Amino acid sequence: MDDTGKISPEKITKVSIIISKGSLEGIYPGLIMANGARAEGMEANLFFTFFGLDAIHAKRIDHIKVATVGNPAMHIPTLIGSLPGMSALATHMMNKTMDKLDIPPIGEFIEMIGDTGCGMYACKASVDMFKLTKADFVPQVQDIITVGDFYDLAAGGQIIFT
Amino acid sequence: MSTATMAGVEVRLNDEGFFEDPNQWTEAMAVEMATADGIDTLTDQHWTVLKFMRKEFFEKGTGPTVRLLGKTSGVSVKDLYLLFPKGPAKMAARIAGIPKPKGCI
Repeated sequence: MDDTGKISPEKITKVSIIISKGSLEGIYPGLIMANGARAEGMEANLFFTFFGLDAIHAKRIDHIKVATVGNPAMHIPTLIGSLPGMSALATHMMNKTMDKLDIPPIGEFIEMIGDTGCGMYACKASVDMFKLTKADFVPQVQDIITVGDFYDLAAGGQIIFT
Repeated sequence: MSTATMAGVEVRLNDEGFFEDPNQWTEAMAVEMATADGIDTLTDQHWTVLKFMRKEFFEKGTGPTVRLLGKTSGVSVKDLYLLFPKGPAKMAARIAGIPKPKGCI
């Protein structure tokens, strides 16, 4: 309770963040939140599921693209967004902007987040579905785990789905 | 805002315990704050980080992000988290007597 008599909210001390999408705009927010949590001294875990697995897939990690179709906030008509090369162009422009803001590319970001001590896990159901193995992932991925394992890991903290 | 006595001197702190005026900071105060935060001894590596953060702050007006620290301070991101387990950006900046760094990365 503070001196005005209000009960001050308790600080968040642990977060578990699920990344379920494989587009650039689907991956970055979760990574930024996980990295920020560690920088603030919180415990953090990242759980990659479905197309989010591309963010930790060794061969795909450096080729993540922005979705230019079906995304009204891109302000590009769907038909134009579907033209060959549009997604690559939009990705290139966005990467340039982020570089200026000192936001690292996804590959480097994952490496850095691993160094912060954030846990990184792949979802077993998705890994089986896409016929992947641990060897397909970047070395920062600690394990392939079930949803039950994830809830055990997330115990006592907040869960964020992205 | 509140005041606290550190190394025998009264200093002004904000609600989160960061220095209001980085010029009030001395090395003896850093040692006191580190001890209170569970760091028994400030090693050379700790001092490298603290001094680098102060230099960046006085040059640029804001403390460095963890990424920049890892790239340019000579101490890796991994080591930063070992040196300052409660989050390098926040913990190191507070012990260095500068405001919490702005920026999300």
